[in-house]
Amino acid sequence: MGRTVGTSAPRKEGVDKVTGAARYVDDLVMDGMIHGVTVRSRVAHGRITGIRFDPGFPWDEIVVVTAADIPGRNMVTMIEEDQPFLAADLIKHPEEPVVLLAHADRDLVIEAAKHVHIEVEELPAIFSIDDGLAADVRLFKDDNVLKRFLIEKGDVDAAFAEPGLVVVEGEYETGAQEQLYLEAMGMIAVAAPGKGVTVWGSLQCPYYVHKALKPLFGLGDGEVRVIQAVTGGGFGGKEEYPSLIAGHAALLSWKAGGVPVKVIYDRAEDMVATTKRHPSRTRIRTAVKPDGELVAMDVVFDIDGGAYATLSAVVLSRGAIHAAGPYRCPNSRIHARAVATNHPPHGAFRGFGAPQSCFAYERHMERVAEAVGLSSVAIRRKNLLGPGDLTATSQVVEDQIDFPALLDQALEASDFEAKRAAFAKHNADPASHTRKGIGVATFYHGGGFTGSGEVHLASVVGVEALRGGRARVLAASTEIGQGTNTIFSQIASDALGVPYEWVEVAAPDTGRVPNSGPTVASRTCMVVGKLVQDAAGAVVTTLRKAGLLGEEHTPEQLAAAVDSYLERFGELRTFSQYKPPAGIVWDDKTYRGAAYAAYGWAAYVAEVEVDLVTYEPHLRGFWAVQDIGTVINPLLAAGQVEGGVTQAIGWALFEEVRWREGRMINNQLTNYIIPTAADVPPIHVAFAPVPFAHGPSGAKGVGELPMDGPAPAIVNAIEDALGIDVRRVPALPEVVMEAVLAKRAAAGEVQHV
Amino acid sequence: MRSYLPAFACKAPASLDEALVTLASEPGKWTPLAGGTDLMVLFESGKLPPGHFLSLWKLPELRGIEVTDDAITLGALTTYAEVREHATVAFELPMLAAAARESGAIAIQGRGTLGGNIMNASPAADSPPALVAYDAEIELVRASGARWVRYRDFHTGYKVMDRAPDEILRRIRIPRRDPGQHWVHFYRKVGTRRFQAITKVGIAAIGRVEGGVARDVRVAFTSVAPTVLAAARTEAALEGQAFGPGLVAAARAATRADVTPIDDIRSTERYRHQVAENLADSFVHALFAQKA
Amino acid sequence: MSDAEARAERLAVTFTVNGVEKTVETLPMKRLLDVLREDLALTGTKEGCGEGECGACSVFVDGRLVNSCLIPALQVEGSRVDTIEGLARGGELHAVQRAFLEAGGAQCGICTPGMVLAAVDVLRKHPNPTDEQVREGLAGNLCRCTGYMKIFDSVMTAALAIASRDGEGAA
Repeated sequence: MGRTVGTSAPRKEGVDKVTGAARYVDDLVMDGMIHGVTVRSRVAHGRITGIRFDPGFPWDEIVVVTAADIPGRNMVTMIEEDQPFLAADLIKHPEEPVVLLAHADRDLVIEAAKHVHIEVEELPAIFSIDDGLAADVRLFKDDNVLKRFLIEKGDVDAAFAEPGLVVVEGEYETGAQEQLYLEAMGMIAVAAPGKGVTVWGSLQCPYYVHKALKPLFGLGDGEVRVIQAVTGGGFGGKEEYPSLIAGHAALLSWKAGGVPVKVIYDRAEDMVATTKRHPSRTRIRTAVKPDGELVAMDVVFDIDGGAYATLSAVVLSRGAIHAAGPYRCPNSRIHARAVATNHPPHGAFRGFGAPQSCFAYERHMERVAEAVGLSSVAIRRKNLLGPGDLTATSQVVEDQIDFPALLDQALEASDFEAKRAAFAKHNADPASHTRKGIGVATFYHGGGFTGSGEVHLASVVGVEALRGGRARVLAASTEIGQGTNTIFSQIASDALGVPYEWVEVAAPDTGRVPNSGPTVASRTCMVVGKLVQDAAGAVVTTLRKAGLLGEEHTPEQLAAAVDSYLERFGELRTFSQYKPPAGIVWDDKTYRGAAYAAYGWAAYVAEVEVDLVTYEPHLRGFWAVQDIGTVINPLLAAGQVEGGVTQAIGWALFEEVRWREGRMINNQLTNYIIPTAADVPPIHVAFAPVPFAHGPSGAKGVGELPMDGPAPAIVNAIEDALGIDVRRVPALPEVVMEAVLAKRAAAGEVQHV
Repeated sequence: MRSYLPAFACKAPASLDEALVTLASEPGKWTPLAGGTDLMVLFESGKLPPGHFLSLWKLPELRGIEVTDDAITLGALTTYAEVREHATVAFELPMLAAAARESGAIAIQGRGTLGGNIMNASPAADSPPALVAYDAEIELVRASGARWVRYRDFHTGYKVMDRAPDEILRRIRIPRRDPGQHWVHFYRKVGTRRFQAITKVGIAAIGRVEGGVARDVRVAFTSVAPTVLAAARTEAALEGQAFGPGLVAAARAATRADVTPIDDIRSTERYRHQVAENLADSFVHALFAQKA
Repeated sequence: MSDAEARAERLAVTFTVNGVEKTVETLPMKRLLDVLREDLALTGTKEGCGEGECGACSVFVDGRLVNSCLIPALQVEGSRVDTIEGLARGGELHAVQRAFLEAGGAQCGICTPGMVLAAVDVLRKHPNPTDEQVREGLAGNLCRCTGYMKIFDSVMTAALAIASRDGEGAA
């Protein structure tokens, strides 16, 4: 039987993408379509006292929607219900949608938006984690803590009291980061009383949008339909915000009597208004034996959630669960808080809180190593988790991972030890205008929803057998560039025993596909892929039970069997629903137990050369070794790792969101700098697969893992090069310069600045 | 949000004469538009005021690179791509070629022009420091005549320049240097990433060493002042001096006095000060390394 | 300089697109990007930023790779414009398009049309490109998915394919 799993099957929708034929939402045109725009608050905190429309505009020709026009509930359905679709009274951040406009003439309606003025009585606003915690300005309940977790293992206080331990403390910060999918967000909606609501758009999670639109219009399941257009990247950014845009487009269409309304954000609006990675601050206190063995970790992990709760609770949860790192430590306490501020809500972004806490613990490990006189490698090797060890949530590591061997593979591939020595020599040469360094990070990342999340989701996938043995996968999991269509087709074709080309994936459309859950959390391959495998397997089982197929079959035999079945019964669709692996125990109250069914494990190495004239760190090489279980498609998997590493390089070195009164002011690609083709080093990717018993053919998740480790690996390399202890990202040249000058000043050298 | 398209009148005169007559008949009404790589960005972000635009893009009189015995003359509409591709320019004016190579990326270089780069008057522009260092002159034409201006004196303040509303920049003339002399050309753009970057601090400097001392030194910076900066103190500190730690320190101090950087969205005053000094330092070393 | 009273008049602009002459009635400052997408329904050219930074809107104008978001319609009068839709001829993909499929150069696909054209531009200038030439040639085309490695592989794969085809042609 030709197996496609494990091969680099070509991308299903590849031809459409390389020819420009793929239709994204902005490429769709409908008869009578008009264009919608959003007027926003512009003030970080206040109360709306009026809305003023400049005279001299043909307002009677323009569709105008405010909160008063909403037929149902003005609340975006999320974890907490606190964010309105349109602000009616209270303004909590500078980009709150207040008024919607639509007109057939796009230029006119864009101009009209500049002539609508939201009058606001301003209130004091807060923009930092500390100001949020001080709660002088109340944004959420009485303490501004959107969510809090406490994860405890052992007895931390007693452990710190033990004699003879070395205690190391550190504080680390990470900045906001824009997802910067290259396709800005957009939606088209057709909505009218009696006809229901249909939206087409750029989105990751069709059923999230579906769930949000129903109460907005007071409609039932069958009256709202959400269809994903070809989507140009997401990275978490299109997990939640598309619900707002879909609601806005639909509200305009509803008021306009059902004409199609297109709302397309330009880059500036997408960057300024939609969610970003949560800024974070992590304080770590570690007790370690003189030989480097970790005894206790006490972590306080805080993130800036922005003005509404949105997904902050779950981002915080994942960040917190990973915050003690992939290390054996008998006593740990992680206190995590998501804090409300007057920034636009921060949201999902690849890694989902884990990159933030990973930056902290992997920088902190350098301090621990230094305190006990061990090398970067030795401190990690001594403490890495292995099978049977307990994680911070007291989960027994079941993956049969040989983490030290994986670390060795990364060190060998990068020639780590030899380079450390050679660079030390180079750096001692006073004539050199550069300093070289190499750094390592070890980390892990859980796949799928946390704890009991997958049980609550209870995802369903269908497979429809078609004439001639062709098959169609029915799932709401979206292709956003990561390769969903391709790997689902690979998994299904193997389970069916037919060629890859015979399988297609239905376009996600809530009117046609079951809810396989959101496309997030590295769950599409590991969790949904397994359901695809099971549903496809059920087709074969059904045919066998019907006596149409033997124990072994060729594709042609399957085709004949399907044809017979369809003739007899009309259709053949099988469905599979998520069931947790046996023995998975999780306690939502104590946050103890099996946080994830499986983890990806990784060791990354970064090599940098810092220019002493400009303080620019230039990456010279990057090595990414990981276990993601069985690799379904090596080309796509490597593409995921390389893409994730590059996003993390951006976060580590270039991408700084600059804020003024709660607004992003560098919301242009000219001033928000992401890596170009000329800025990335050669990225060497290797897989060290340990198959996972409950994944499809042994696969685990891959999407988020590569975002976690690069930033600390890079900053560790900068420390190796310059002997400076940078504790924040992005490590901009300006930051590196200040650290270099401070170090020189401390050494008594003359300073000019 | 983008500017209101119907409020942007634009016409493309068929000849330079027609363009000059238009400018002269309604002074101040028409804004010249070259390759669009600056103005169209402002248009898209809603920062370009509506008005009347005169597209010069297809005027043949503003195109072409001419090489004579004593000068290289570049039409105002010479694109960065054309600068890069011209063998004599690349060989004799390597700093201009480097500026062209590092302006935006390939697609920008096919439309962005030297004339546009000058007249947009951005203090962060990449080709002006090279033009200052190369002692460029520019020709401004109007219906009633033409005049040459030393480029070093052209920008008089932030976005302020020695141009009348009816004048068009026609061409840029750069004197050729004695090929028998060893010139050190030192160009460095610092812009966070290698391409598609707006400069945070940049230098173009040239000079030669004769009898152990620096001669004919020109130093220009970008992004450290309201205009491209001719660093007169730095030049004076080097001119006629021999190499030594004292000279390096003097050059650094002079540069510190020359530049007036600010904090902005792209960098900090401290960074710009420090890196400008470091670049001056590097130039001094490069200048004398050539002789050594 | 500003003039709030300015009113643009529509004008006819004639140019060739993928070898076919077209005339559009348009406002003079309308972006070429919008003329292609809206007036000519050529939606393969994408908008990523609208400010000439990302290259998703890359097309060829008179043989030069340009950002179509920065070009006013009246400036293409009489010009030759080539877009992604014109690259595959007679239903057969261009070598660069095939290489992007083979080497994993496309993920979400939004940067892909522009990236493919930039790669074509690199290979026209440097049929046997160095790594540095590829990186510089693609530096104006941002990709947020791939990390660029598979795009570099795609360009090199295409270079080999073109060289071997040309070699066969010469033989």
